[in-house]
Amino acid sequence: MRAYLLRRALQAVFVLWAAFTATFAILYMLPSNPVAIMLDAGGEGTQVDPEKVAELTARYGFDKPVWEQYLTRLWAAVCGDFGSSIQTGQPVTGSILDALPETLKLASIGLVLAVVIGASLALVATWTQARWLRQALLALPPLGVSVPTFWVGLVLLQVVSFQWALLPAMGNIGWQTLVLPSLTLAIPTSAVIAQVLAKSLSTTWDQPFVETARAKGTPRLHIHLRDVLRNAAIPTLTLVGITVGNLLAGSVVVETVFSRNGIGRLTQQAVTFQDIPVVQGLVVLSAVIFVVVNLAVDLVYPALDPRISQRTRAAV
Amino acid sequence: MSDLTITVRGASTGPAAGTTAGLSSADGLDHALAEAAGGLHDSDAWAVPSRTERLRRRALWLVRRPGLVLAVLAIALALAWAVWPAAFAPNSPTVGVPADKLQGPSAQYWFGTDYLGRDLFSRVVHGSALSLKATAIAVAIALVAGSGIGLVAGFVGGVVDDVLMRVVDVLLAVPGLLLSLAVVTVLGFGTTNVAIAVGVAAVASFARVMRAEVLRVRESVFVEAAAASGVGRLTIVRRHVLPNSSGPVLVLSALEFGSAILAVSALSFLGFGAAPPAPEWGSLVSEGRSYLATSWWLTTLPGLVVVAVVLSANRVSRALDGEWSDLR
Repeated sequence: MRAYLLRRALQAVFVLWAAFTATFAILYMLPSNPVAIMLDAGGEGTQVDPEKVAELTARYGFDKPVWEQYLTRLWAAVCGDFGSSIQTGQPVTGSILDALPETLKLASIGLVLAVVIGASLALVATWTQARWLRQALLALPPLGVSVPTFWVGLVLLQVVSFQWALLPAMGNIGWQTLVLPSLTLAIPTSAVIAQVLAKSLSTTWDQPFVETARAKGTPRLHIHLRDVLRNAAIPTLTLVGITVGNLLAGSVVVETVFSRNGIGRLTQQAVTFQDIPVVQGLVVLSAVIFVVVNLAVDLVYPALDPRISQRTRAAV
Repeated sequence: MSDLTITVRGASTGPAAGTTAGLSSADGLDHALAEAAGGLHDSDAWAVPSRTERLRRRALWLVRRPGLVLAVLAIALALAWAVWPAAFAPNSPTVGVPADKLQGPSAQYWFGTDYLGRDLFSRVVHGSALSLKATAIAVAIALVAGSGIGLVAGFVGGVVDDVLMRVVDVLLAVPGLLLSLAVVTVLGFGTTNVAIAVGVAAVASFARVMRAEVLRVRESVFVEAAAASGVGRLTIVRRHVLPNSSGPVLVLSALEFGSAILAVSALSFLGFGAAPPAPEWGSLVSEGRSYLATSWWLTTLPGLVVVAVVLSANRVSRALDGEWSDLR
């Protein structure tokens, strides 16, 4: 187990390093001139002052060879320093940490909602014996992945906040402001969860152990929730690990629609002002989240299925 | 190619035909041909059904799938909008009638009008050109670059494969939208840049699928035979590996079409697409945001068009993925 954890930790470090390197390559080394982008934020084509160009070039070290820039930035990033925002002058790490709690709140509620909605849809659809209900429920996930997130958010806003005046339309204050954004964020993810879980539930129902359980007289619901669900949950768990990153990306749209502060809003503004250091920090952050969540998911597998831990131990 | 596939597969009613079930249809031709070459069938099974019989079967297949027919029609309509917008749009997309501003949907203005009195339906019709162009560029980039990387990784193997696939793994670790946003940050705004950004974000999954297929084909007997008879490596790739491994990637690109529309319109909604007067599906929805409380049609109706096109694209790609095989 120790060796397994060590190997996973090394893999995690590799992914983070690679994410940093890839963003460095995209953001700092593409033929475009970063200093010109920085000075011409938003692309208005303002007159560029040559003195300012020289100053910025020196400050960001663009006059140095590429490998030296890369090593300097990499070392700073290891120490948690991604430079400072061009737009506000604030340290990137600080502004990300300030924005993070609001988005974590939103994304975790969104994730819980997505799992609850997706799992219950899949469970009901595979349990019911009414053909029409099953077909109606299974028609929902393809719809859920086909609607643009921003559109769902706006329609919810318009109906719930403006027509019925039930919930506030924007802002970060109070739990009420979280309801619509987290629901909007949850819809695409819940659709994917429902699709995968429904599929693995119905394949698990065809397995011989289900027949044995039924022959023994175990009630259908009992089989469905205790035996089948537990066996079918593994692919869905893997999927949840992958989609957490998508919740972060979805927050860019959702926080813009609902005018909330958070990582998504920060991202949207950073891109609008072509704020390269902030964008790099955000991409690395998403890689950190991906690595952490997938490590957590891997550690949960044995709890669901004892066979997995034996296999990994044998493999190590 | 699909026509031939149907013909050959329609004919293969022998027992071996059942064994190909579950393979994606784009492989159909190859497998059917492989079966034919392998002489798996007795001659009775090759009795070709008459022309009317085939037509009847195909018609029946479509009649049983009204959703698919509707989806194909919806995509055809959207493409027609993109190619001949003036034939479908009753009014100008950019010049409005100020007196008619912010009117709800009516017989004259199907989708209502915006704050400048511009006809929203005409704007949606004209917007389809930019939105679908961006989608097509994105899918093309993902398809060409992704298949290229996958082909090289799978065929060359060794260190090249290792390095390329690690890069692909890292690209997959970053959410697609975020990757697109990073690319847009560098390239700047505009429809083409958004399209490139969405395409770059999708390269990794294409590379994965292509590599897996190339690895499968590389090991097959006919590639071995070609190599043994002295065919050059490039010719093997061009004549044998590429045609036989492109099926799943093509199906993936049909699927990617739907998600690319969503990604392109999301970036356009965030304000990174075409500059304001030009209509784009995403930016049309975004423009309606300020009038959310009073003019529901400005956000709801353009969004519904996007939903309809994406649903249709996904439906068609599902049909391409597996349902053709029902058409035996």
